[in-house]
Order: sequence, then C-alpha cells, then structure tokens
Amino acid sequence: MVAIAIVRMKDLFAVIMLSGIYGLLSASFFVAMDAVDVAFTEASVGAGISTLLMLVAITMTGRSENPTRHKPVLALAVVIVTGSLLIYGTLDMPYFGLAQDPVHLHVAPRYINDSMQEVGVPNIVTSVLASYRAFDTLGEVVVIFTAGMGVLALLSVVRRPRDIARDIAKIDSLNKSMHEEHLILRIVVKILIPFILLFALYVQFHGDFGPGGGFQAGVIFAAAIILYAMLFGMSTARRVINQSFIQLFAAIGVLLYGSVGVISLLNGKNFLDYSVLSDDPIAGQHLGILLIELGVGITVASVMVIIFFNFACRKDDQQNIENNES
Amino acid sequence: MILGLYNYWIVVVLMMVGFYIVIAHGNLIKKIVGLSIFQTSVFIFYISMAKVDGGTAPILAEGIQQYSNPLPHVLILTAIVVGIATTALGLALAVRIKEAYGSIEEEEIQEKDNLDC
Repeated sequence: MVAIAIVRMKDLFAVIMLSGIYGLLSASFFVAMDAVDVAFTEASVGAGISTLLMLVAITMTGRSENPTRHKPVLALAVVIVTGSLLIYGTLDMPYFGLAQDPVHLHVAPRYINDSMQEVGVPNIVTSVLASYRAFDTLGEVVVIFTAGMGVLALLSVVRRPRDIARDIAKIDSLNKSMHEEHLILRIVVKILIPFILLFALYVQFHGDFGPGGGFQAGVIFAAAIILYAMLFGMSTARRVINQSFIQLFAAIGVLLYGSVGVISLLNGKNFLDYSVLSDDPIAGQHLGILLIELGVGITVASVMVIIFFNFACRKDDQQNIENNES
Repeated sequence: MILGLYNYWIVVVLMMVGFYIVIAHGNLIKKIVGLSIFQTSVFIFYISMAKVDGGTAPILAEGIQQYSNPLPHVLILTAIVVGIATTALGLALAVRIKEAYGSIEEEEIQEKDNLDC
C-alpha cells in the first residue's frame, strides 16, 4: 500500500506526492462504495489542494527529514497493541454490506423514502446536507471560516509601504523571467481556466440533481484561481483578486447562510426552515438550498484562496529577507 | 463468515499506519501527513458502513429499490473540507515554528528549548 511507502520515505517531496496518490486512490474507493459526492470532494481536496498546500509548506521548511535517534520499537509495540485491540473490537461489529445493519435501520429510511416529498431534490446527500441537517453544515462552514482566519493570523505579515513598492519591482522582474520559461504552460492554462471556472459553477448549481454542491464547487473554483496565481506570479494574481476583497467574500458567504436562517426565524418558523421563502414549500426548499449552497461555495472558495495566498506570500517575503541580508 | 469484517480490518491497518507516523517520526510535516492518513481511515470507516449490497448511489431515480445510506456520506463530505482547513492551519503553525526555531524536527526544537532555560 501507498501508506506504508509514506512511512519509509525520508524525502518529504516524495512523501507528499505519495499522499496525493493516496487521496486519489481513496476517492476511487469511495466511488466503488457508492459515495459519489464524497469521492468528488476527496478527489479535489485530498489529491489536489492538500498536496499543493503541503508542497508550498515544504519549500519553506526544507524537504529532507532527519533520521530519528531513538528506536521505533516502542512506538511499533504501542501501535500493534492498539491495532490488535481494535481488531478484537471489530469481531462484534455487523458484517459488511448487509441491508439490516443497525446503521441502516434508523433515520436513513426516512431520508430515502420521504425526502422527495419533503424537499423535492433527487440527490439525497444534498437534501440532508442543506435541509435536514443545515444547522450542522452552518457549523462546519464557520469552522472553515475560522481556520482561514487562523491561517491569516499566523502567516499574514504587515509590511511598510516603502518595502512593498521595492518588493513589487523585484517580484515583477522575477515574474517576467519565469513567464518566458513557461510559455506553453501559460497559454494552455489561459485556455483551461475559463472551463475550470465554468465547471465549478456547474457543480455548484447542479448539486441538487447530480453529485456536487457548494463544498466541491468552492474547492474547484479556488483551484482555478490558485493555478492562475502559480503560473502568472503572486503579484499579478493579487492585482486581479484583491486580498481584502476576498476576505470580505469569505465573511459574506457565512453571513448569507446565517441570514437565510434568520429570515425563517423572523417569519415565525424554525431556524433554517426554508418553507417560508416561497408560497410553495417545495419551491421554498429549492430556493433555500440554492442560497445556502451558494454561501458554502463562496466561503470555501475564498478561504482556500486566502490560505494559499498567505502561504505563497510568506514564501516570497522569506526570499526577500534572505536577499536583503546577503 | 468472519471475512465479512474485512472492511474494518483495512481501516484498522490504515489507522495504525497513520498513528505510527504520528508517534514515531519527529518531523512536523510528516506528522501532519500521518494525521491525514489517520483521518482518511476514519472516512473509509464511515463510508464502508454506509454501503449496502446491491445498493446504488443515493440519488433518487426511477426503478431503483435499494440505495446506500446517505447520512454517513453527508457527515464525511463536510469532514473532508473541514479536514483540509485544519491541515492548512497545522501547516501554517509548522511554518511559524520553522521561522522561530530554524527547524521542524521535534528533537532539535526541544534541545533549543532546553538551552534557553
């Protein structure tokens, strides 16, 4: 298995590439297990964005791992004991794939049988995510938002305007030389980006009917912007997408989600009960799901872009500091 | 029919590989990779519980009787995205530690701390 190779590798670059492959493998495993929505997310997140972020991180922290001095025997013993206890625990578990397993007997039949009448959306995953359990999803969006703010707090740097002007000149000359090297890549990416953005929007708005939704669309959208930033240089990308603008958008996504809930509260229904949004409850459900998926998509996309920009700008700053010292 | 439990064993093996990386390796980035393997094993655990023999993906369509359980899918879908956000936070911390200590090896960081005392 790929996982075992990851343990043995000392070179972190190879480790990260392998973890990308591992993400892709688990995505295909999820397809085999009928979880198409989950597979979609795992393919874009596990194999795409997380690999990318880790790569940026190791350019800053160095790519080789020191051999550990203490012997791994103790760790191995702990792992084997825990593992065998867990396997002993599984002996009482229900068998794989049986329809009468306890998990399938409670709650789930109601979603499968009644969601078409109550929500009117063919994709059950979307109707559970955005309607039945919308409050949980709100919590998760807030967690993502908070993580984005955390990265911002840890990595963002306050620079004096004088330095910035000098840096921009320096980065521009650096970018120019890089662009001439990657001419073919640049042109291909220029053609690809509109299609990636279009695909993200399709995933966003088609989530009711097929696999997809705000989470996946947000990640794909962010991937297009990150691709642009990687090839055209950070300063160009920052000129296209203003940093404070994207931070505003991250907040707007969460607020959009929350305000849909508040509207239904003000109309005398439960928090995030969409039936008040329209005269027809089903149409209200559709509108509500569309709005909150949009909120999720906006927040996820902008938080991913914020995270990437901060990592990449941090790296630029580090290089500048080194240049100034030498 | 003890073989009917094989999905749990795969999960346990993957989980233990991740756990081993976290406790036996000193490099912080490698620890984060190990944590994400651990995390994925939990995802696989949930998704394999949702599978029903002969079932299809939980998207309603004509003429299909048996669907897989959609609830674990929802939980894991959001867990993956939250997972990447927390991973990013961990990487950000690792970068800051590198800047403060000049290293992301656990032992070297500890040595530096001891010298300061």
